[in-house]
Amino acid sequence: MSRTWIVIPMYNEASVVGTVIEGLRKEFPHVVCVDDGSTDGSQDIARQAGAVVVQHPVNLGQGAALQTGIEYSLQDPQLDCIVTFDADGQHRVVDALAMADRIRSGEADVVLGSRFLDDRTKLSPLKRLVLRTAAVQSRMSTGMALTDAHNGLRAFSPTVARGINLRQNRMAHASELVHQLAEMNPRWVEHPVEIIYTDYSKSKGQSLLNSVNIVADLFFR
Amino acid sequence: MQIIVQVALVLAVIIVSLALMRGGSNARHLAIRRIMLVLFAFLAALSIFFPELLTRVARLLGIGRGTDLVLYGLIVSFLVFMATTYQRFRHMESTLTKLSRRIALDETPPPGVDGPPERKEAEPDRRLTPPAHGGQ
Repeated sequence: MSRTWIVIPMYNEASVVGTVIEGLRKEFPHVVCVDDGSTDGSQDIARQAGAVVVQHPVNLGQGAALQTGIEYSLQDPQLDCIVTFDADGQHRVVDALAMADRIRSGEADVVLGSRFLDDRTKLSPLKRLVLRTAAVQSRMSTGMALTDAHNGLRAFSPTVARGINLRQNRMAHASELVHQLAEMNPRWVEHPVEIIYTDYSKSKGQSLLNSVNIVADLFFR
Repeated sequence: MQIIVQVALVLAVIIVSLALMRGGSNARHLAIRRIMLVLFAFLAALSIFFPELLTRVARLLGIGRGTDLVLYGLIVSFLVFMATTYQRFRHMESTLTKLSRRIALDETPPPGVDGPPERKEAEPDRRLTPPAHGGQ
């Protein structure tokens, strides 16, 4: 028997995370939720929804939570795929399923979600411009021809997951991840995914100003 | 002449910062930093008692006054301080991250070798550490 683990970084998501995990558990029985020091009771909701909850004793940031989730999943000897998924409900389970299947079938070692491969995702022009610029920047610095460098939905084979070591705790981890993948040079593909922008995910999501922080983190590492 | 001094100062900032950032916290670097600090304090005190002495040096370098020279030195040492402090914080952050991750993983039972986990009803909190407050 083989197992796919879903890794969800979580920080104060009590109002949505239960629904997200229940939706996932219909297709993926193994969900690990990395709680990054939530203070709103998200942990109990996630546990009741059927996820394994790994709790950081202090808040460290999303990158650190992802790394913890990956390391937890790697303890499973029957692991065949790791999928990272956002807690705020902006990803679709069907997309995750299709991506995990591409890993499990052996088609690729890394499947990265991209919201720009079809026209399902509706974006404001400014956000589109920023994300496109980020993709061009990461293409120039890593040689990986990505169309969407900051998508939270990704699937890895265990071999690739073992090679990931995120040191950027906060928001620059997405760029760091692309750099590490480029160095490993695995077989990778992009998969079209839809990002569902609800009012909630908009309010939780990164503001465009945060791109300033990302650039600063990358410069002074 | 002034532009040469300014360029030299900027270069000094970059070189010294890089030199001190590399290797971070070893004893030699710490000693160098302390020597620099003592020297700077000495010069600053000297400039208060003998303003004309520093002014003569400053003139030699093509800078207006001795206090300007002290100001430049202050800027350099401040930047070095910022760079090394930043480096130290990064180091501390990564230590804290590793420690927290270890605690978090140790407090969670590892994935078993049997089937999917059972749906549990509000399992008691088995953590040893109290919940965090504050955050970001």
